[in-house]
Amino acid sequence: MTRTAPIELTCVELVALVTEYLEEALTPAERERFEHHLVYCVGCIEYLQQIRDAMKLAGAAKPAEVLTQEAEDKLLSMFRGLKK
Amino acid sequence: MLWPPSDRRSTVDSTADAQLHEEEAGLLASLRAGDEKVFLSLVRRHQTSMIRVALLYVPTKAVAEEVVQEAWVGVLQGLEKFEGRSSLKSWIFRILTNCAMSRGGREARSKPFSALAEEPGEPLVDPSRFRGPESPHWEGHWAAPPQRWTDDQLAAHQTAQIARRAIEELPRGQRDVITLRDVEGWSSDETCEALGLTEANQRVLLHRARAKVRAVLEQQLKAEKR
Repeated sequence: MTRTAPIELTCVELVALVTEYLEEALTPAERERFEHHLVYCVGCIEYLQQIRDAMKLAGAAKPAEVLTQEAEDKLLSMFRGLKK
Repeated sequence: MLWPPSDRRSTVDSTADAQLHEEEAGLLASLRAGDEKVFLSLVRRHQTSMIRVALLYVPTKAVAEEVVQEAWVGVLQGLEKFEGRSSLKSWIFRILTNCAMSRGGREARSKPFSALAEEPGEPLVDPSRFRGPESPHWEGHWAAPPQRWTDDQLAAHQTAQIARRAIEELPRGQRDVITLRDVEGWSSDETCEALGLTEANQRVLLHRARAKVRAVLEQQLKAEKR
């Protein structure tokens, strides 16, 4: 198969590069190919969007763990003890 | 890892931190002077994250709380020697992860080495979603592209719960990385340091983790619509 540069990414390839793209770990040339694909591919735009949505949802999914009053009291008395 | 951890500042987080540094210098001075209010506010500010990070290494909330207490002992003991070359936060969490690792035992300590051995490259997106060789011009392109999730779906409490369960079910290395990066919002530097991973390994784990959480969300949100 003959191809002219720059070789266009397939969707499979874009999906594989999505984290490197978001982490800004692609070379400028790779980044350009990645963004060029996004210009015309609605499926990949949606895929990238869903990865971003998943990241946001992960951040929204925090279980709110708090220390018990007892643990906090212990820390405080320890802090007082250290001052002496 | 050496004990006590050094407070060497990694090169990347030196940006725009001047103000933060001033605030931290004030915090440190108050802590050293024994200001209880400042200590308590620091404990409360970080407690949620500290417990969640400890839970990556130890099995129960009760043990995680003990680890958090141990970590604060380490922080207070190291306070005089802390030179402020890393941020106070990353120093505190480095002490925490050291405590959690020694408490978590051999399994926790060996984790960074086994992190990449887990599950050899099963596809992260179902290959049948892409066109095959039967369509020569479009091979490797979407046959069944993802469908946008609605704002209502994204805002629903239940959707965040799906994400949370999906994260909990990931293999350990992936779960740890996505927890620090996307749940806690840590930088990749902070995450690599806490988990003893290289930048590249961290990225591989993050990639797999995010792709799987996306896939679970897609599947369950689709099922919901029917």
